[in-house]
Amino acid sequence: MEALNAIVALSNFVLVPAIAYGSQLALGALGVTLIYGILRFSNFAHGDTMAFGTMVAILFTWWLQSMGVSLGPLPTALLALPAAIAVTALLLLGTDRLVYRFYRAQKAVPVIMVIASFGVMLVLNGVVRLIIGPGDQRFADGERFIITALDFRRMTGLDEGLAIKTTQGLTLVTAVIVVAALFWFLNRTRTGKSMRAFSDNEDLALLSGINPERVVAITWIIVAGLAVIAGVLYGLDKSFKPFTYFQLLLPVFASAIVGGLGNPLGAIVGGYIIAFSEVGLTYAWKKVLGYLMPESLAPDGLVQLLSTDYKFAVSFVILVLVLLFRPTGLFRGKAV
Amino acid sequence: MKKLLLATAATTLVATGAQAEDVNIGVLLGYTGPIESLTPPMADAAELALAEINESGNFLDGMTLVPVRGDSTCVDSAAATAAAERLITSDNVAAIMGAACSGATIAVLENVAKPNGVVMISPSATSPALTSIEDNGLFFRTAPSDARQGQVLANILMDKGITEVAVTYTNNDYGKGLSDSFISSFEEAGGTHTINVPHEDGKADYSAEVASMASAGGEVLVVLGYADQGGKGVIQSALDTGAFETFMMGDGMFADSLMADLGDFMGGSFGAVPWSAGDGAEAFTRITEAAGINGDSSFTRESYDAAALIALAMMAGGEATSEAAAANILTVANAPGEPILPGELGKAMQILADGGEIDYVGATNVELIGPGEAAGTYREYVVEDADYETVQFR
Repeated sequence: MEALNAIVALSNFVLVPAIAYGSQLALGALGVTLIYGILRFSNFAHGDTMAFGTMVAILFTWWLQSMGVSLGPLPTALLALPAAIAVTALLLLGTDRLVYRFYRAQKAVPVIMVIASFGVMLVLNGVVRLIIGPGDQRFADGERFIITALDFRRMTGLDEGLAIKTTQGLTLVTAVIVVAALFWFLNRTRTGKSMRAFSDNEDLALLSGINPERVVAITWIIVAGLAVIAGVLYGLDKSFKPFTYFQLLLPVFASAIVGGLGNPLGAIVGGYIIAFSEVGLTYAWKKVLGYLMPESLAPDGLVQLLSTDYKFAVSFVILVLVLLFRPTGLFRGKAV
Repeated sequence: MKKLLLATAATTLVATGAQAEDVNIGVLLGYTGPIESLTPPMADAAELALAEINESGNFLDGMTLVPVRGDSTCVDSAAATAAAERLITSDNVAAIMGAACSGATIAVLENVAKPNGVVMISPSATSPALTSIEDNGLFFRTAPSDARQGQVLANILMDKGITEVAVTYTNNDYGKGLSDSFISSFEEAGGTHTINVPHEDGKADYSAEVASMASAGGEVLVVLGYADQGGKGVIQSALDTGAFETFMMGDGMFADSLMADLGDFMGGSFGAVPWSAGDGAEAFTRITEAAGINGDSSFTRESYDAAALIALAMMAGGEATSEAAAANILTVANAPGEPILPGELGKAMQILADGGEIDYVGATNVELIGPGEAAGTYREYVVEDADYETVQFR
């Protein structure tokens, strides 16, 4: 019984939130890593691309809600995804045409591309705030919980409750589907293979007749899909605010770099590593240990490694450690 | 050019002509900066009190009180100090009504008011630090200290028999000061706090903060934040995870928007908020409506009372100086004496002129305690059916 309580408390406050957060980070990091692998620069505008895509999804959701459309227990925002992805893809293709293509033609060094993406980030930042404003927006509807803490306690008779929000379940399911589809695309389709070839060796790919502009365009479209899905899931689960999406850039990049930039599998693992470290290191383990240990050994203090103030610092520290000791990341990506 | 000369000449004329009979009173508030939307009604209310006294013609043999505004900016201590210097050296004010924010108030008190021996009454500085500051008897305030709020909150818990709580506060001077004063009062009364977690405003996710509070445990979660910021996020997250069901809230959490969004799930939660009720508040509403100014805005009542107290204390002391004001503020503010409501300042002047005693009640039931700060009245409420129900006043 005690052990069960410990597991439930741990699930409620660490496992469930960290898995949901990790999935959101993984989807974001996949976008960053794809751009790094194929276009060969770190896209600083990714956080704001997520904000832009989510904003479009919110606007479509509001429109759908005003028309009386709903998905029953699921959030209406899922219906708005395809339209939001299409608009965001157009935006990314537009910025590529306007900004990045120029530097690509010049064979600019990656750091110039990074600074260019920084400029794109600032512009998107402003555009999103102009359209939807800097404040909080809530757009989640439908059933809020798969199971509430109270129901769980009643069902099981345990002291601890386990709450799973619909958005948390949805995040995990969507992430699994999206990742499976992405890997199938990269490994099994002709276009996917040509993208990987382009990523491995640009010159050889060109010699074997791969059209670089087509590869680039497809990459942007996939990135738009990933960014919008990651952004909408994050917004549904937490809340949408342009500034928090800008701040997401740090954990997203940390995830991509920990896993190895340019390596999709690494991005996913990195996402979960960052999420679990952020939540786990700032969690006070008193309750869980109290259930597991005999009474005489139960801790008096909070057993908290870091105060929750340092949540963002965790991604920073992991980033620094990885760059110092294993610059290519866990999965042998490209060195930054 | 001709017009300018004329205007200058006219101003000089008015200035010199008035000097013999005029007493300048500084109205030092943050007209620019983070509380710039609150300060105009505050200044209006203070000037209303001075105008009321002037109208009666009873102030020190017909002398006239002239308000002079200065901008304390709320956040820039250097600018606040400069504005106060200007009020004292060039406008020659006899006393200062202000400043508005705690930080600016401390800076002005330390750098200008104390060296020049000028009395200050702040209508809205609530920092507990101002209670213990070395003020040479020159500083007063008509707003209650957050230290007092901490005690009120601790008393509410003790009366309910709750002895173990988790605490979270918004990570700024207000939140930190309030949580410190709450915890020290609560532990003095025999309670314990399991954890004290700061939260940042404007974040999307507070699950990590709530997770550590849930682990630390406690019968209720004390939320000392803002209703439209992190405080709400923490409550939402705590409700979602089932970590806490009952919350106690500080004054920053009092908002109808919170009830609209989460009130249905917060039944039985409780808290306290500074409140003005009774004859004084009603009389204040009447006179502000008659004068056509906004009397419902925050701290307008305190501003009116602060300005009135300055004039009443000078009257009681028999001269328009800071010494007279500082020596008599506590006498006119507290019992015994004839109770004085807003709108009765002329009558109060007459009583003082006749050698009688007054007990200024004002718009906020003024009762100055300790080193000269308002005791303040707090409304203890409980959440029922997504609405605030008054339990009692403390």
